[in-house]
Amino acid sequence: MKYDAIVIGAGMSGLAAGIRLAMFDKKVLILEKHSIPGGLNSYYQRRNFDKGGVRQFDVGLHALTNFIKKGEKGKPFSKLLKQLRLSYDDFKLCPQTHSKILFPGVELKFSNDFELLLSEISEKFPSEMDHFLKLTDKVRSFNELDLSIPYSSSRAVLKEFIKDDLLIEMILCPLLIYGSAWEDDMDFAQFVIMFKSLYFEGFGRPEGGVRTILSLLMKKINDLNADLRFKTAVSKILINDSGEAFGVVANGEEFYAPVILSSIGYPETVRLTPGMTTTPRIGAMTFMESIFILDKKIPIDQNDSTIIFYNNSNKYAYRPANHFFDSSSAVICFPDNYESLNQDGEGTVRLTFMANYSQWRELDKSSYDSMKNKVGESSLQLIKTLVPKFDGKVLFQDIFSPMTIERYTWHLNGTVYGSIDKSRDGRTPFKNLFIIGTDQGFLGIVGSMLSGISMANLHGLMGANEI
Amino acid sequence: MADVRQIVIDIISDIAPDEDVSNLDDAKSLREQLDLDSMDFLDIVMELRKRHKVEVPQEDYPKLATLASCVSYLSPKFATV
Repeated sequence: MKYDAIVIGAGMSGLAAGIRLAMFDKKVLILEKHSIPGGLNSYYQRRNFDKGGVRQFDVGLHALTNFIKKGEKGKPFSKLLKQLRLSYDDFKLCPQTHSKILFPGVELKFSNDFELLLSEISEKFPSEMDHFLKLTDKVRSFNELDLSIPYSSSRAVLKEFIKDDLLIEMILCPLLIYGSAWEDDMDFAQFVIMFKSLYFEGFGRPEGGVRTILSLLMKKINDLNADLRFKTAVSKILINDSGEAFGVVANGEEFYAPVILSSIGYPETVRLTPGMTTTPRIGAMTFMESIFILDKKIPIDQNDSTIIFYNNSNKYAYRPANHFFDSSSAVICFPDNYESLNQDGEGTVRLTFMANYSQWRELDKSSYDSMKNKVGESSLQLIKTLVPKFDGKVLFQDIFSPMTIERYTWHLNGTVYGSIDKSRDGRTPFKNLFIIGTDQGFLGIVGSMLSGISMANLHGLMGANEI
Repeated sequence: MADVRQIVIDIISDIAPDEDVSNLDDAKSLREQLDLDSMDFLDIVMELRKRHKVEVPQEDYPKLATLASCVSYLSPKFATV
Protein backbone atom coordinates (compact mmCIF):
# COMPACT_ATOMS: atom_id res chain seq x y z
CA MET A 1 0.00 0.00 0.00
CA LYS A 2 1.26 3.49 -0.86
CA TYR A 3 0.74 6.57 1.30
CA ASP A 4 1.94 10.17 1.29
CA ALA A 5 3.22 9.78 4.86
CA ILE A 6 3.52 7.12 7.55
CA VAL A 7 3.44 8.02 11.25
CA ILE A 8 4.76 5.45 13.71
CA GLY A 9 2.94 5.64 17.06
CA ALA A 10 -0.45 7.10 18.01
CA GLY A 11 0.62 9.09 21.06
CA MET A 12 0.14 12.83 21.40
CA SER A 13 2.80 13.71 18.82
CA GLY A 14 1.84 11.01 16.31
CA LEU A 15 -1.86 11.92 16.42
CA ALA A 16 -1.08 15.65 16.07
CA ALA A 17 1.25 14.99 13.12
CA GLY A 18 -1.36 12.74 11.50
CA ILE A 19 -4.03 15.43 11.87
CA ARG A 20 -1.81 18.12 10.28
CA LEU A 21 -0.95 15.95 7.29
CA ALA A 22 -4.50 14.68 6.75
CA MET A 23 -5.86 18.23 7.08
CA PHE A 24 -4.08 19.14 3.86
CA ASP A 25 -5.18 16.08 1.92
CA LYS A 26 -2.11 13.94 2.52
CA LYS A 27 -2.92 10.24 2.55
CA VAL A 28 -1.65 9.29 6.02
CA LEU A 29 -1.16 5.94 7.71
CA ILE A 30 -0.70 5.92 11.50
CA LEU A 31 0.53 2.64 12.98
CA GLU A 32 0.15 1.94 16.71
CA LYS A 33 1.41 -1.15 18.51
CA HIS A 34 -0.99 -0.84 21.47
CA SER A 35 -4.75 -1.36 21.31
CA ILE A 36 -5.49 2.22 22.44
CA PRO A 37 -4.02 5.65 21.64
CA GLY A 38 -1.94 7.90 23.90
CA GLY A 39 1.50 6.30 24.21
CA LEU A 40 3.07 7.69 27.38
CA ASN A 41 -0.10 9.65 28.15
CA SER A 42 -2.79 7.07 28.13
CA TYR A 43 -5.22 5.27 30.42
CA TYR A 44 -6.08 1.82 31.66
CA GLN A 45 -8.73 0.15 33.71
CA ARG A 46 -8.78 -2.22 36.64
CA ARG A 47 -11.63 -4.32 37.96
CA ASN A 48 -12.97 -2.91 41.17
CA PHE A 49 -13.05 -5.82 43.58
CA ASP A 50 -15.23 -4.37 46.34
CA LYS A 51 -17.97 -2.71 44.30
CA GLY A 52 -17.80 -4.43 40.94
CA GLY A 53 -17.40 -2.58 37.66
CA VAL A 54 -14.13 -1.03 36.56
CA ARG A 55 -12.07 1.98 37.56
CA GLN A 56 -10.25 3.97 34.94
CA PHE A 57 -6.88 5.56 35.55
CA ASP A 58 -4.81 8.05 33.63
CA VAL A 59 -1.12 7.41 33.10
CA GLY A 60 1.35 10.11 32.24
CA LEU A 61 -0.61 13.32 32.52
CA HIS A 62 -0.62 14.75 36.06
CA ALA A 63 -1.60 18.13 34.72
CA LEU A 64 -1.59 19.91 31.44
CA THR A 65 1.24 22.43 31.44
CA ASN A 66 1.21 25.64 29.35
CA PHE A 67 -2.08 26.81 30.90
CA ILE A 68 -3.63 29.89 29.27
CA LYS A 69 -6.88 31.71 29.85
CA LYS A 70 -9.39 31.72 27.02
CA GLY A 71 -8.36 34.27 24.38
CA GLU A 72 -4.68 34.55 25.40
CA LYS A 73 -2.55 34.71 22.28
CA GLY A 74 0.96 33.89 21.09
CA LYS A 75 1.46 31.03 23.59
CA PRO A 76 2.27 27.36 22.84
CA PHE A 77 -1.25 26.26 23.77
CA SER A 78 -2.89 28.90 21.55
CA LYS A 79 -0.62 27.88 18.66
CA LEU A 80 -1.68 24.27 19.21
CA LEU A 81 -5.37 25.18 19.11
CA LYS A 82 -4.95 27.07 15.84
CA GLN A 83 -2.82 24.42 14.18
CA LEU A 84 -5.21 21.60 15.05
CA ARG A 85 -8.32 23.83 14.61
CA LEU A 86 -9.56 22.99 18.07
CA SER A 87 -11.41 25.37 20.32
CA TYR A 88 -10.28 26.32 23.82
CA ASP A 89 -13.58 25.20 25.31
CA ASP A 90 -13.13 21.67 23.90
CA PHE A 91 -10.41 21.00 26.47
CA LYS A 92 -12.66 21.89 29.45
CA LEU A 93 -9.60 23.10 31.36
CA CYS A 94 -9.79 23.65 35.14
CA PRO A 95 -6.89 25.76 36.44
CA GLN A 96 -4.79 24.46 39.34
CA THR A 97 -5.19 25.97 42.80
CA HIS A 98 -1.41 26.25 43.19
CA SER A 99 1.49 23.86 43.46
CA LYS A 100 4.49 23.91 45.74
CA ILE A 101 8.12 22.93 45.92
CA LEU A 102 8.69 21.56 49.40
CA PHE A 103 12.23 21.24 50.76
CA PRO A 104 13.22 20.92 54.47
CA GLY A 105 12.06 24.07 56.24
CA VAL A 106 11.25 26.05 53.08
CA GLU A 107 8.53 25.93 50.48
CA LEU A 108 7.91 27.87 47.28
CA LYS A 109 4.38 28.09 45.97
CA PHE A 110 3.63 28.78 42.34
CA SER A 111 0.38 29.08 40.42
CA ASN A 112 -0.90 30.15 37.03
CA ASP A 113 -0.07 33.72 38.09
CA PHE A 114 3.71 34.16 37.95
CA GLU A 115 3.46 36.90 40.60
CA LEU A 116 2.91 34.24 43.28
CA LEU A 117 6.32 32.65 42.63
CA LEU A 118 7.95 36.11 42.56
CA SER A 119 6.45 37.04 45.91
CA GLU A 120 7.47 33.68 47.39
CA ILE A 121 11.05 34.20 46.27
CA SER A 122 11.19 37.79 47.49
CA GLU A 123 9.96 36.60 50.89
CA LYS A 124 12.10 33.46 51.25
CA PHE A 125 15.19 34.37 49.23
CA PRO A 126 15.20 38.20 49.43
CA SER A 127 18.85 38.55 48.45
CA GLU A 128 18.23 36.50 45.29
CA MET A 129 15.25 38.49 44.00
CA ASP A 130 17.22 40.63 41.54
CA HIS A 131 19.16 37.61 40.34
CA PHE A 132 15.98 35.65 39.78
CA LEU A 133 14.44 38.53 37.82
CA LYS A 134 17.52 38.65 35.59
CA LEU A 135 17.20 34.90 35.04
CA THR A 136 13.54 35.31 34.05
CA ASP A 137 14.58 38.02 31.56
CA LYS A 138 17.01 35.59 29.98
CA VAL A 139 14.35 32.85 29.87
CA ARG A 140 11.76 35.22 28.41
CA SER A 141 14.01 36.38 25.59
CA PHE A 142 15.40 32.93 24.75
CA ASN A 143 14.07 31.35 21.56
CA GLU A 144 13.70 27.73 22.63
CA LEU A 145 12.00 26.85 19.35
CA ASP A 146 15.19 27.50 17.37
CA LEU A 147 15.95 23.98 16.15
CA SER A 148 19.69 24.57 15.81
CA ILE A 149 20.66 25.33 19.44
CA PRO A 150 23.35 22.95 20.76
CA TYR A 151 23.19 21.37 24.26
CA SER A 152 24.17 23.59 27.15
CA SER A 153 23.97 22.82 30.87
CA SER A 154 21.11 24.49 32.76
CA ARG A 155 23.02 24.26 36.04
CA ALA A 156 25.89 26.22 34.52
CA VAL A 157 23.51 28.96 33.35
CA LEU A 158 21.69 29.02 36.70
CA LYS A 159 25.00 29.43 38.57
CA GLU A 160 25.73 32.55 36.51
CA PHE A 161 22.59 34.16 37.92
CA ILE A 162 21.74 32.62 41.31
CA LYS A 163 24.14 32.51 44.27
CA ASP A 164 22.08 30.44 46.74
CA ASP A 165 22.46 26.74 45.87
CA LEU A 166 19.22 25.85 47.62
CA LEU A 167 17.23 28.13 45.32
CA ILE A 168 18.90 26.56 42.27
CA GLU A 169 17.86 23.10 43.51
CA MET A 170 14.31 24.23 44.19
CA ILE A 171 13.88 25.89 40.79
CA LEU A 172 15.26 22.82 39.04
CA CYS A 173 13.27 20.18 40.95
CA PRO A 174 9.89 20.38 39.13
CA LEU A 175 11.52 21.12 35.77
CA LEU A 176 13.82 18.10 35.93
CA ILE A 177 11.22 15.58 37.03
CA TYR A 178 8.63 16.85 34.55
CA GLY A 179 10.90 16.55 31.57
CA SER A 180 14.59 15.82 31.79
CA ALA A 181 16.13 12.81 30.08
CA TRP A 182 19.50 13.81 31.58
CA GLU A 183 20.58 12.96 35.13
CA ASP A 184 20.91 15.93 37.53
CA ASP A 185 20.78 18.48 34.73
CA MET A 186 18.97 19.34 31.54
CA ASP A 187 19.58 21.03 28.24
CA PHE A 188 19.08 24.79 28.69
CA ALA A 189 16.71 24.96 25.70
CA GLN A 190 14.55 22.35 27.44
CA PHE A 191 14.90 24.22 30.74
CA VAL A 192 13.44 27.28 29.03
CA ILE A 193 10.54 25.27 27.58
CA MET A 194 9.82 23.85 31.03
CA PHE A 195 10.30 27.15 32.89
CA LYS A 196 7.83 28.90 30.62
CA SER A 197 5.32 26.07 30.62
CA LEU A 198 5.34 25.49 34.41
CA TYR A 199 6.22 28.82 36.02
CA PHE A 200 5.09 31.47 33.51
CA GLU A 201 2.01 29.58 32.32
CA GLY A 202 1.13 26.88 34.87
CA PHE A 203 -1.15 23.87 35.16
CA GLY A 204 -4.65 23.02 34.18
CA ARG A 205 -6.53 19.79 33.96
CA PRO A 206 -9.00 18.78 31.29
CA GLU A 207 -12.25 17.82 33.03
CA GLY A 208 -12.01 14.20 31.95
CA GLY A 209 -8.22 13.91 32.28
CA VAL A 210 -6.13 12.53 29.45
CA ARG A 211 -9.14 10.91 27.77
CA THR A 212 -10.65 14.33 27.02
CA ILE A 213 -7.56 15.21 24.97
CA LEU A 214 -7.31 11.83 23.29
CA SER A 215 -10.95 11.82 22.25
CA LEU A 216 -10.57 15.31 20.70
CA LEU A 217 -7.58 14.10 18.68
CA MET A 218 -9.26 10.82 17.73
CA LYS A 219 -12.37 12.66 16.54
CA LYS A 220 -10.20 14.83 14.25
CA ILE A 221 -8.39 11.74 12.93
CA ASN A 222 -11.71 10.07 12.16
CA ASP A 223 -13.28 13.20 10.62
CA LEU A 224 -10.26 13.55 8.32
CA ASN A 225 -10.40 9.86 7.35
CA ALA A 226 -6.79 9.23 8.31
CA ASP A 227 -5.93 5.54 8.33
CA LEU A 228 -5.12 4.65 11.97
CA ARG A 229 -4.40 1.03 12.82
CA PHE A 230 -4.06 -0.32 16.35
CA LYS A 231 -2.27 -3.53 17.36
CA THR A 232 -0.03 -2.96 14.35
CA ALA A 233 3.62 -3.03 15.35
CA VAL A 234 6.24 -1.77 12.93
CA SER A 235 8.96 -4.41 12.81
CA LYS A 236 11.22 -2.82 10.23
CA ILE A 237 11.86 0.51 8.53
CA LEU A 238 12.76 0.01 4.88
CA ILE A 239 15.90 1.82 3.72
CA ASN A 240 17.21 1.72 0.15
CA ASP A 241 20.85 1.58 -1.01
CA SER A 242 21.09 5.38 -1.01
CA GLY A 243 20.17 5.53 2.69
CA GLU A 244 16.64 6.79 2.10
CA ALA A 245 13.70 5.47 4.09
CA PHE A 246 10.85 4.48 1.79
CA GLY A 247 8.47 2.38 3.87
CA VAL A 248 7.86 0.11 6.83
CA VAL A 249 6.94 -3.48 7.54
CA ALA A 250 4.10 -3.93 10.04
CA ASN A 251 2.31 -7.17 10.89
CA GLY A 252 4.12 -8.74 7.95
CA GLU A 253 2.73 -6.22 5.44
CA GLU A 254 4.77 -3.60 3.57
CA PHE A 255 3.64 0.03 3.45
CA TYR A 256 5.37 2.69 1.35
CA ALA A 257 5.62 6.46 1.76
CA PRO A 258 8.10 9.21 0.88
CA VAL A 259 8.00 10.58 4.46
CA ILE A 260 8.13 8.60 7.70
CA LEU A 261 7.65 10.30 11.06
CA SER A 262 8.52 8.16 14.08
CA SER A 263 7.32 9.00 17.59
CA ILE A 264 8.54 5.82 19.27
CA GLY A 265 11.88 7.26 20.46
CA TYR A 266 15.21 7.83 18.73
CA PRO A 267 17.00 4.62 19.89
CA GLU A 268 13.77 2.63 19.39
CA THR A 269 13.46 3.96 15.82
CA VAL A 270 17.08 3.25 14.92
CA ARG A 271 16.64 -0.34 16.08
CA LEU A 272 14.11 -0.84 13.31
CA THR A 273 16.55 0.21 10.59
CA PRO A 274 18.94 -2.23 8.94
CA GLY A 275 22.58 -2.00 10.00
CA MET A 276 21.95 0.41 12.91
CA THR A 277 24.59 2.84 11.71
CA THR A 278 23.91 5.20 14.61
CA THR A 279 23.20 4.48 18.27
CA PRO A 280 21.45 7.25 20.21
CA ARG A 281 21.92 6.68 23.93
CA ILE A 282 19.03 5.45 26.07
CA GLY A 283 18.29 7.76 29.00
CA ALA A 284 18.59 6.44 32.55
CA MET A 285 15.60 8.20 34.10
CA THR A 286 12.59 6.07 34.87
CA PHE A 287 9.89 6.19 37.51
CA MET A 288 7.36 4.40 39.68
CA GLU A 289 3.87 5.65 40.25
CA SER A 290 1.43 4.71 43.01
CA ILE A 291 -2.23 5.58 42.60
CA PHE A 292 -4.51 5.61 45.62
CA ILE A 293 -8.27 5.88 45.63
CA LEU A 294 -9.41 7.17 49.03
CA ASP A 295 -12.86 6.81 50.60
CA LYS A 296 -13.04 10.62 50.90
CA LYS A 297 -11.17 13.61 49.58
CA ILE A 298 -8.37 15.17 51.59
CA PRO A 299 -9.94 18.36 53.02
CA ILE A 300 -8.48 21.53 51.56
CA ASP A 301 -7.53 22.84 54.99
CA GLN A 302 -5.12 19.88 55.17
CA ASN A 303 -3.77 20.22 51.66
CA ASP A 304 -4.84 22.74 49.07
CA SER A 305 -1.97 22.22 46.58
CA THR A 306 -2.56 20.60 43.21
CA ILE A 307 0.94 19.17 42.97
CA ILE A 308 3.69 18.96 45.61
CA PHE A 309 7.31 18.57 44.52
CA TYR A 310 8.86 17.08 47.63
CA ASN A 311 12.52 16.64 48.54
CA ASN A 312 13.82 15.72 51.99
CA SER A 313 17.26 17.39 51.77
CA ASN A 314 18.77 20.61 50.43
CA LYS A 315 20.24 18.86 47.42
CA TYR A 316 17.93 17.43 44.77
CA ALA A 317 19.21 14.11 43.42
CA TYR A 318 17.70 13.55 39.98
CA ARG A 319 19.18 10.22 38.99
CA PRO A 320 18.23 6.53 39.06
CA ALA A 321 17.43 5.28 42.57
CA ASN A 322 20.28 3.50 44.36
CA HIS A 323 17.91 0.82 45.62
CA PHE A 324 14.89 0.12 43.37
CA PHE A 325 13.07 3.36 44.25
CA ASP A 326 13.98 6.58 45.97
CA SER A 327 11.58 7.83 48.62
CA SER A 328 13.72 10.85 49.50
CA SER A 329 11.95 12.84 46.81
CA ALA A 330 8.58 12.56 45.09
CA VAL A 331 5.93 14.28 43.05
CA ILE A 332 2.56 14.04 44.74
CA CYS A 333 -0.37 14.90 42.52
CA PHE A 334 -3.81 15.67 43.96
CA PRO A 335 -6.15 15.57 40.94
CA ASP A 336 -9.04 16.72 43.16
CA ASN A 337 -7.43 20.10 43.82
CA TYR A 338 -8.41 22.20 40.85
CA GLU A 339 -10.38 25.38 40.99
CA SER A 340 -13.72 23.75 40.37
CA LEU A 341 -13.40 22.03 43.72
CA ASN A 342 -15.96 19.47 44.61
CA GLN A 343 -15.51 18.16 48.12
CA ASP A 344 -17.79 15.14 47.78
CA GLY A 345 -16.96 11.63 46.73
CA GLU A 346 -13.79 9.62 46.62
CA GLY A 347 -10.36 11.18 46.58
CA THR A 348 -7.35 10.38 44.43
CA VAL A 349 -3.64 10.79 45.07
CA ARG A 350 -0.88 9.87 42.61
CA LEU A 351 2.69 9.68 43.79
CA THR A 352 5.83 9.37 41.66
CA PHE A 353 9.26 8.18 42.81
CA MET A 354 12.44 7.89 40.79
CA ALA A 355 13.32 4.24 40.13
CA ASN A 356 16.11 2.02 38.88
CA TYR A 357 15.31 0.04 35.73
CA SER A 358 18.15 -2.48 35.81
CA GLN A 359 17.31 -3.53 39.38
CA TRP A 360 13.59 -3.94 38.65
CA ARG A 361 14.40 -5.99 35.58
CA GLU A 362 16.26 -8.58 37.67
CA LEU A 363 13.34 -9.34 40.02
CA ASP A 364 11.37 -12.58 39.78
CA LYS A 365 7.59 -12.43 40.04
CA SER A 366 7.28 -12.75 43.82
CA SER A 367 10.12 -10.32 44.65
CA TYR A 368 8.65 -7.94 42.08
CA ASP A 369 5.28 -8.01 43.82
CA SER A 370 6.78 -7.57 47.27
CA MET A 371 8.97 -4.69 46.07
CA LYS A 372 5.86 -3.04 44.63
CA ASN A 373 4.20 -3.40 48.03
CA LYS A 374 7.17 -1.64 49.61
CA VAL A 375 6.72 1.20 47.15
CA GLY A 376 3.05 1.39 48.15
CA GLU A 377 3.95 1.49 51.86
CA SER A 378 6.58 4.21 51.36
CA SER A 379 4.14 6.22 49.26
CA LEU A 380 1.43 6.03 51.90
CA GLN A 381 3.95 6.91 54.59
CA LEU A 382 4.90 10.05 52.69
CA ILE A 383 1.25 11.02 52.15
CA LYS A 384 0.72 10.63 55.93
CA THR A 385 3.70 12.89 56.59
CA LEU A 386 2.25 15.54 54.31
CA VAL A 387 -1.35 15.31 55.59
CA PRO A 388 -0.94 13.90 59.13
CA LYS A 389 -4.53 14.67 60.18
CA PHE A 390 -6.16 12.87 57.26
CA ASP A 391 -8.14 9.88 58.51
CA GLY A 392 -9.49 8.51 55.20
CA LYS A 393 -8.99 4.95 54.08
CA VAL A 394 -7.45 3.55 50.93
CA LEU A 395 -10.13 1.83 48.87
CA PHE A 396 -7.88 0.82 46.04
CA GLN A 397 -4.27 1.12 45.04
CA ASP A 398 -2.31 0.38 41.91
CA ILE A 399 1.41 0.73 41.31
CA PHE A 400 3.37 0.73 38.12
CA SER A 401 7.09 0.22 37.72
CA PRO A 402 9.70 0.84 35.00
CA MET A 403 8.84 -2.65 33.72
CA THR A 404 5.19 -1.61 33.32
CA ILE A 405 6.24 1.47 31.36
CA GLU A 406 8.46 -0.61 29.10
CA ARG A 407 5.77 -3.22 28.61
CA TYR A 408 3.02 -0.84 27.54
CA THR A 409 4.95 1.94 25.82
CA TRP A 410 7.85 -0.10 24.40
CA HIS A 411 10.24 2.64 25.48
CA LEU A 412 13.54 0.87 26.08
CA ASN A 413 14.42 0.65 29.79
CA GLY A 414 11.13 2.26 30.75
CA THR A 415 12.31 5.76 29.95
CA VAL A 416 9.69 8.48 30.03
CA TYR A 417 11.71 11.41 28.72
CA GLY A 418 13.56 9.33 26.19
CA SER A 419 17.07 9.51 24.88
CA ILE A 420 19.76 11.95 25.97
CA ASP A 421 20.53 12.38 22.26
CA LYS A 422 17.74 14.53 20.88
CA SER A 423 17.14 15.34 17.24
CA ARG A 424 15.83 18.88 17.47
CA ASP A 425 15.20 19.30 13.74
CA GLY A 426 13.83 15.73 13.59
CA ARG A 427 16.48 14.57 11.15
CA THR A 428 18.07 11.12 11.35
CA PRO A 429 21.00 9.69 9.39
CA PHE A 430 18.37 8.36 6.98
CA LYS A 431 16.78 10.67 4.45
CA ASN A 432 12.96 10.86 4.71
CA LEU A 433 12.93 9.39 8.26
CA PHE A 434 12.22 11.91 11.01
CA ILE A 435 11.88 11.83 14.80
CA ILE A 436 8.84 13.44 16.45
CA GLY A 437 7.74 13.55 20.11
CA THR A 438 9.92 13.20 23.18
CA ASP A 439 13.18 12.64 21.34
CA GLN A 440 12.66 15.63 19.10
CA GLY A 441 12.82 17.53 22.35
CA PHE A 442 9.66 19.55 22.98
CA LEU A 443 8.28 18.59 26.38
CA GLY A 444 4.99 17.92 28.10
CA ILE A 445 1.70 17.09 26.44
CA VAL A 446 1.41 20.45 24.72
CA GLY A 447 5.08 20.18 23.70
CA SER A 448 4.68 16.71 22.26
CA MET A 449 1.68 17.76 20.20
CA LEU A 450 3.59 20.84 18.99
CA SER A 451 6.49 18.54 18.11
CA GLY A 452 4.24 16.41 15.90
CA ILE A 453 2.76 19.56 14.36
CA SER A 454 6.03 21.33 13.65
CA MET A 455 7.79 18.24 12.26
CA ALA A 456 4.76 17.43 10.06
CA ASN A 457 4.80 21.04 8.84
CA LEU A 458 8.54 21.06 8.19
CA HIS A 459 9.08 17.61 6.72
CA GLY A 460 5.63 16.63 5.48
CA LEU A 461 3.97 19.82 4.25
CA MET A 462 6.74 22.24 3.35
CA GLY A 463 8.64 19.42 1.68
CA ALA A 464 11.89 20.31 3.42
CA ASN A 465 12.91 16.69 2.90
CA GLU A 466 13.38 17.45 -0.77
CA ILE A 467 15.91 20.22 -0.18
CA MET B 1 -12.16 37.98 -11.46
CA ALA B 2 -11.63 36.45 -8.04
CA ASP B 3 -11.72 38.77 -5.03
CA VAL B 4 -8.25 37.85 -3.82
CA ARG B 5 -8.42 40.21 -0.84
CA GLN B 6 -11.60 38.52 0.43
CA ILE B 7 -10.19 35.04 -0.25
CA VAL B 8 -7.17 35.78 1.97
CA ILE B 9 -9.35 37.28 4.70
CA ASP B 10 -11.65 34.24 4.62
CA ILE B 11 -8.68 31.94 5.06
CA ILE B 12 -7.28 34.00 7.94
CA SER B 13 -10.60 34.00 9.75
CA ASP B 14 -10.79 30.22 9.43
CA ILE B 15 -7.27 29.55 10.73
CA ALA B 16 -7.41 32.23 13.44
CA PRO B 17 -11.09 32.36 14.39
CA ASP B 18 -10.48 34.65 17.39
CA GLU B 19 -9.00 37.47 15.29
CA ASP B 20 -11.00 40.52 14.24
CA VAL B 21 -10.47 40.83 10.49
CA SER B 22 -13.05 43.54 9.86
CA ASN B 23 -10.77 46.60 10.00
CA LEU B 24 -7.51 45.52 8.43
CA ASP B 25 -5.20 48.13 6.93
CA ASP B 26 -4.13 46.78 3.51
CA ALA B 27 -0.76 48.55 3.60
CA LYS B 28 0.28 47.38 7.08
CA SER B 29 1.85 44.00 7.73
CA LEU B 30 -0.63 41.31 8.76
CA ARG B 31 1.66 40.21 11.58
CA GLU B 32 1.52 43.70 13.11
CA GLN B 33 -2.25 43.70 13.11
CA LEU B 34 -3.04 40.09 13.96
CA ASP B 35 -1.59 37.32 16.12
CA LEU B 36 -0.13 35.34 13.23
CA ASP B 37 3.12 33.40 13.34
CA SER B 38 5.08 31.47 10.72
CA MET B 39 2.91 28.40 11.35
CA ASP B 40 -0.17 30.46 10.44
CA PHE B 41 1.45 31.72 7.24
CA LEU B 42 2.12 28.10 6.31
CA ASP B 43 -1.59 27.46 6.80
CA ILE B 44 -2.52 30.37 4.56
CA VAL B 45 -0.31 28.85 1.85
CA MET B 46 -1.70 25.34 2.43
CA GLU B 47 -5.30 26.60 2.28
CA LEU B 48 -4.59 28.50 -0.95
CA ARG B 49 -3.39 25.27 -2.45
CA LYS B 50 -6.20 23.15 -1.02
CA ARG B 51 -9.10 25.49 -1.83
CA HIS B 52 -7.89 27.28 -4.95
CA LYS B 53 -5.07 25.14 -6.36
CA VAL B 54 -2.76 28.14 -6.08
CA GLU B 55 0.87 27.28 -5.29
CA VAL B 56 3.12 29.61 -3.30
CA PRO B 57 6.75 28.43 -3.21
CA GLN B 58 8.57 28.85 0.11
CA GLU B 59 10.82 31.65 -1.16
CA ASP B 60 7.72 33.72 -1.93
CA TYR B 61 6.19 33.55 1.59
CA PRO B 62 7.42 37.12 2.34
CA LYS B 63 5.18 38.35 -0.49
CA LEU B 64 2.17 37.56 1.70
CA ALA B 65 3.21 40.14 4.31
CA THR B 66 0.38 42.66 3.74
CA LEU B 67 -3.09 42.39 2.22
CA ALA B 68 -1.97 44.69 -0.60
CA SER B 69 1.08 42.52 -1.36
CA CYS B 70 -1.10 39.39 -1.20
CA VAL B 71 -3.41 40.90 -3.81
CA SER B 72 -0.64 41.97 -6.17
CA TYR B 73 1.27 38.69 -5.80
CA LEU B 74 -1.69 36.29 -5.91
CA SER B 75 -3.97 37.96 -8.49
CA PRO B 76 -1.97 36.79 -11.56
CA LYS B 77 -1.96 33.26 -10.09
CA PHE B 78 -5.74 33.32 -9.70
CA ALA B 79 -6.10 34.61 -13.27
CA THR B 80 -4.43 31.46 -14.59
CA VAL B 81 -6.29 28.94 -12.43
